[in-house]
Amino acid sequence: MRYALLMHYRELGEGEISEEALEEAKEAFGAYGRALESAGVLLSADVLQSQAAATTVTRRDGEPRVQDGPFAETKEALAGIFVLEVPDLDAAIGWAEKCPGAQWGVMEVRPTATAFVNGAWTR
Amino acid sequence: MDTLTSGNDGREAGPGQGQPGPAARSAAVAARDSYGRLLALLAAAASDVAAAEDALADAFERALRTWPSRGVPASPDAWLLTVARNRLRDQWKSARAQRSVPLDAAQDTLGHIDEIEVDSIPDRRLELMLVCAHPAIERAVHTPLMLNTVLGFTAGQVGQAFSVPPSTMATRLVRAKKRIKAAGIPFRVPDLADLPARMTAVLEAVYGAYVIDWATGPQARPLPSEAMHLAEVLATLVPGDPEARGLAALIELSAARAPARAGADGRFVPLADQDPSRWDPRLIGRAHEHLRAAHARGRLGRFQLEAAIQAVHCARGRDGATDWPALLTLHRVLHAVAPSLGSSVALAAVTAEVDGPAAGLATLDALLSEAGEDARRFQPARATRAHLLDRLGRRGEAVAAYESAIGLTHDTAERQYLERRRDRAARRDEPGGQGKPGG
Repeated sequence: MRYALLMHYRELGEGEISEEALEEAKEAFGAYGRALESAGVLLSADVLQSQAAATTVTRRDGEPRVQDGPFAETKEALAGIFVLEVPDLDAAIGWAEKCPGAQWGVMEVRPTATAFVNGAWTR
Repeated sequence: MDTLTSGNDGREAGPGQGQPGPAARSAAVAARDSYGRLLALLAAAASDVAAAEDALADAFERALRTWPSRGVPASPDAWLLTVARNRLRDQWKSARAQRSVPLDAAQDTLGHIDEIEVDSIPDRRLELMLVCAHPAIERAVHTPLMLNTVLGFTAGQVGQAFSVPPSTMATRLVRAKKRIKAAGIPFRVPDLADLPARMTAVLEAVYGAYVIDWATGPQARPLPSEAMHLAEVLATLVPGDPEARGLAALIELSAARAPARAGADGRFVPLADQDPSRWDPRLIGRAHEHLRAAHARGRLGRFQLEAAIQAVHCARGRDGATDWPALLTLHRVLHAVAPSLGSSVALAAVTAEVDGPAAGLATLDALLSEAGEDARRFQPARATRAHLLDRLGRRGEAVAAYESAIGLTHDTAERQYLERRRDRAARRDEPGGQGKPGG
């Protein structure tokens, strides 16, 4: 089954985290990514820029509207997306627990309903 | 309609039988056993509890239609399993035909439906129980889900036990089953690293069936024997788990005393006043088998301790007296291993038996002040406090304490018992009483 691991945590302000801690986090994410890859379960992994860099686009009211800022301002923001192919929920939970982001935020584990693969929506 | 019961009526008890005797009861147990086994197999193969239930219900329905005329097959379970498996396969095929999108080749298989072994019928109920008590399933649904799937109780029957309307319970169960499928909860025994935590959840769900806050009113309580059944099934599935054995022993020792818990007039009889000759020696013997097997493993746990405490109480039937110092030791260890409101109150009550009611009351008040707000609504704490004040001759306080305990007591017989104690405390002129806490 395909699962998206959605990483949420509180965004840090400028200077709120030391260079050292940042280096450590980068190393931890590096090791995590390599572990996912060597297990053959990784489909994609993205860590996102902060909400400040977000742009919202909608055509809900007919006309296209582009706005600066996130869809909804929240304390804990979506910070990264890992898409995995694993046999079941236990395996997905296992990988979510190992994600460095779980140490300072929460991981939401969501099964994929349908995904566009090889030219078609599949499930 | 309860498909399980109808299946059972059709093939074991037969129509027109009078009162359910021991034969009918053991037939019902056998029917529950095979229902759980069949459902576990089908659900594991389809990774879908609801689809497996539908297929099995169809199979039972067909059995009811065809067996009376064609005769009961040599292996009824294999027959039911074959019909249900074919039904699952048909459902899967028609679902595939209706799909408008291509499927991932790896997902596009019959799953494990074709791998079901009809002849050997392996027992996969442990996997089913692990699914019911999975951390991704809401905790409050663990026990209802187990009663519904492993034992085949209807939503109405489970709802009755939990004092929840049948439709509400049905909705909760359906939601949980959808979630099992949608989230991809696996039907397998987890790795050794994860197993202990997952087994704890399974044990707690079974324990949940035992401690259901029984529906108020004088109606029969249908489920304690089913908690026992669930615990027996679990002990059979994991005979090497001492806590599973301990839990089975605990429930059996408690059930063994059930006949003595109500007097001839239906009145509640507390443990200390019960007639041991009315305890069930067969259940006590079975519980001791479990405890011996558990202790041989050398890994102590909460359920073994609770069972050991019950075993000491039951030993009064043999020795004629209760070994209170032994109980005090066990309660102290239990309170250290698994502290809870219940363990606090029990420890205080036993302290009163060994060191006197004043020491018991001091212990109770100290433990309850630690526990905080929750303790205020805990009926056993109120009742025990009333008994201890009563014994100390503090009648005014005892009457007030009985009052507050009565307000929290749902069981009719026990409430009436507390009311009699309150009235006696209110009337008595001389201080001091003979009452003992416990039940």
